[in-house]
Amino acid sequence: MISTVALLLCGPAALLGTAILAAAASRHAAATRLVYGAALVISAALLVTVAGHLAGNPGEVSAITLPLGLPWTGARFRLDGLSAFFLVVVNLGGAITSLYGLGYGRHESAPHRVLPFYPAFLAGMNLVVLANDAFSFLLSWEFMSLASWALVMAHHRDEANRRAGTIYLVMASFGTMALLLAFGLLAGPAGTYAFDAMRTAHPDRFAAGAVLVLMLLGAGSKAGLVPLHAWLPLAHPAAPSHVSALMSGIMTKVAIYGFIRVVFDLLGEPAWWSGIAVLLIGGVTAVLGILHALMEKDLKRLLAYSTIENIGVIFASLGLALAFKANAMPSAAALAFTAALFHVLNHSFFKSLLFFGAGAVLSATGERDMEKLGGLIHRLPVTSFVFLVGCVSISALPPFNGFASEWLVFQAILLSPELPQWGLKVIVPAVGGMLALSAALAAACFVKAFGITFLGRARSAAVERAHEVDRWSLAAMAVLATFCLLAGILPGFVIDGLSPVTLSLIGDRMPVQMAEPWLSIVPIAESRSSYNGLLVFVFIAISASLAAFFIHRFASHALRRGIAWGCGFADAVPAAQYTAVSFAQPIRRVFGGFAFRARETVEMPAPGALEPARLKVDMHDVTWEIFYQPITGAIDFATERLNHLQFLTIRRYLTLVFLYLVILLLVLALWP
Amino acid sequence: MAVIFDLAVQGAQMLSVLLLAPLLIGFVRKVKARLVRRQGPSVIQPYRDLVRLMRKEVVLADNASWLFRVTPYLIFAATWVAAALVPTFATGLEFSWAADLIVIVALLGSARFFQALAGMDVGTSFGGIGASREVMIASLAEPAMLLIVFSLALVAGATQLSTVAAFMGSPQVGLRVSLGMSLIALVMVAVAENARIPVDNPATHLELTMVHEAMILEYSGRHLAMIELASFLKLLLYMSLISCVFLPWGLESAATGPRSLAIGAAAYLGKLAVLAILLAVFETAVAKMRVFRVPDFLGAALMLALLGTLLLFVSRSL
Repeated sequence: MISTVALLLCGPAALLGTAILAAAASRHAAATRLVYGAALVISAALLVTVAGHLAGNPGEVSAITLPLGLPWTGARFRLDGLSAFFLVVVNLGGAITSLYGLGYGRHESAPHRVLPFYPAFLAGMNLVVLANDAFSFLLSWEFMSLASWALVMAHHRDEANRRAGTIYLVMASFGTMALLLAFGLLAGPAGTYAFDAMRTAHPDRFAAGAVLVLMLLGAGSKAGLVPLHAWLPLAHPAAPSHVSALMSGIMTKVAIYGFIRVVFDLLGEPAWWSGIAVLLIGGVTAVLGILHALMEKDLKRLLAYSTIENIGVIFASLGLALAFKANAMPSAAALAFTAALFHVLNHSFFKSLLFFGAGAVLSATGERDMEKLGGLIHRLPVTSFVFLVGCVSISALPPFNGFASEWLVFQAILLSPELPQWGLKVIVPAVGGMLALSAALAAACFVKAFGITFLGRARSAAVERAHEVDRWSLAAMAVLATFCLLAGILPGFVIDGLSPVTLSLIGDRMPVQMAEPWLSIVPIAESRSSYNGLLVFVFIAISASLAAFFIHRFASHALRRGIAWGCGFADAVPAAQYTAVSFAQPIRRVFGGFAFRARETVEMPAPGALEPARLKVDMHDVTWEIFYQPITGAIDFATERLNHLQFLTIRRYLTLVFLYLVILLLVLALWP
Repeated sequence: MAVIFDLAVQGAQMLSVLLLAPLLIGFVRKVKARLVRRQGPSVIQPYRDLVRLMRKEVVLADNASWLFRVTPYLIFAATWVAAALVPTFATGLEFSWAADLIVIVALLGSARFFQALAGMDVGTSFGGIGASREVMIASLAEPAMLLIVFSLALVAGATQLSTVAAFMGSPQVGLRVSLGMSLIALVMVAVAENARIPVDNPATHLELTMVHEAMILEYSGRHLAMIELASFLKLLLYMSLISCVFLPWGLESAATGPRSLAIGAAAYLGKLAVLAILLAVFETAVAKMRVFRVPDFLGAALMLALLGTLLLFVSRSL
């Protein structure tokens, strides 16, 4: 009997085989269809295998050691509850993205730069989740990073994409370096690289703290935590749209998997202050991410910034789980942890959906600048509907899925006054306020994203020529929209499905939800709080249809089309409509002062002059200026100074060598 | 039998909020008119307005989409469901456990989301200005509201409104600073959410000074009737919320029988009348503020709510 993990490893192997074949035959006409078809089949097979494992015996652990990699370590792989859940996320996303790719990939101008790397990227993500020792984890992680980097660079003739690729490469290397150091600390002086050995060896407090910080740097930079997010809004949108969906919806989740694996599993019992660090970073990331998204007018960059917000929500929830776990409150920790994992799943659904929608808009109009779109609801009726579902879900509005997980996060926050430490008592309500603020700003952001892109009048000729996209893409988006609704109205299924993971990592689980009457979810007790997405959905549907029925039965049916009310002065051109920038102006005035050091100045022409007055907006990316510019400045400074050493005469070189020798000998002589 | 009685009480609640909401608006307008020594229209004028709107034809802008025509029903449905979930004359109704206070806030958020989208559908500047200002106000009012919910939940140990109301009616509440802060913040949020003076002027005739009215400028006929009814319901919802949490006298569980239901209903009408008069007096006494003063107003509400929550977190260990 072949073990489940061995069966699962066939998936990445098959994906890698597809990648090699694709590299050989990528210029062939049928290559696009074959590669995405193969990726779809393999991802679906992996999904079915994992689902079978979860349905059969979810708590079971299956491990294997392969004679690959370094001769004295071997490559270990393992399937447990946590990796099974993330395999579901990765392969569900991979399968639906491949479905979308079947249609969207046909518009690709350079398929030979996308096709070989796409299955390799999927294989890398699968391997990260399955890896069971530091070496194969890091190798898969780097493989995943490089494959996605190649995909970002698919359209490398564009200057902006090259810059995005460079920054991504630097940040990915930095992240991997942090992970390498973290695993080095976990492995200890004995150099035990297997996760099983790390799990039993508990590092001392100092080393544990250092590992936490290094994981925040390493996994956080891949997930997009502020201030390590700088690459994300550049790189995610630069890739082809379905790859953007994979990077934003799935790869950030793999980074979260890495964080959970090390901090919740390998590191042993957490210290209470680790909760504070993760909570604070999560809250700040959520607010800053969504504020940046609001200021954006490029549709795909807006979505990338909103990913940062959602990662912040997930990390805040994980921080809460850490704080509860450290204080031996397992049921509360299980609630916060379940909320985080539920949001992981939800975000992979709606962010993929939204990136697919942005891709559909891009292939229909050739534009991702919202200021040149508008009125697409008439041209792309199906795309606009499913995009609207995605917008409602990500804005955390009931009865869709985003709300269900945010509701759980808020319930977890309400349990935290029981925490004994004062630091946590002060931080948790503040972070709760930040999450509430980011939820409200997210709704504003997606009113803007949908309203400017799909509503109003067309702002360019390209929009008026747009046509609905192909059926593969529509099918992929429709499937995701259905998932968004289902996970929203039946959250109990998901929560119960997550219980093996919380049981293995937290040691407790949320109460069984499927036993509740009417399929409502009750985290603690019904008198305390309960939510029934299904009933709310049915209620809204019934009262809306009742109202519509009543109106159509008794009220007037007359309807007349006329020109819009312009208050006596109709806008002559569509460009005079509200734009993305003007829509965000009130919020920029409220929050821009401290978040972006935004300044508005009006340049008035001299009296009598005929040129128009101009409004200038000056905004700064504060994190870039605080964290990145000093580093690049220091490197520039150092290289400029050291540059002189390149042009010395031979005498001076000899003097330098001699001086160096003397110093070396002196150090050796004085060393105790 | 008990189930039928419970369902009947729930149905009565849904119908009564629907029927009472226009009367409440009519009453507020009447009191405001009397305060400035006008006769004012009759209190049943809002009903007449709704009927008149329903009889009129709908004038749709040329490029209005399906979203524009569906939105009024969605807004109405979301607001109606939210209003039906707030205890009015009794707690513990049949479906009250389907949603807690956070859900009610989010349902109103859904209604606003679609309203802002509908404002942008036609592509006029008025719709855009209304929508962008509305989301700015909401981006401060909603977190303030959620923090108020946190405070209440921490005091009562639940986000379930029936449990909160029952706790607030019991003697174990005592006098708490946090509750006072929450009440002030809640009133500020309610004023902003219902587009009342000083945040917005429901009676203005100048498009540029409006927020809520600018968003719905393109609506007419039966669509406008639905949106108006939804906004009436929203005012009733906030007044019910304030009265069930901060004035819980006479509010009993629906299971206690018809007599306490009758007392609850009478007490509820009395509370609504008092709150309506207070609102009218407040609106008559203050002037509308500039739109960019609103963030300061709501920021104060947000800070009060945060302070209240923080105090509760900290006072647990004292």
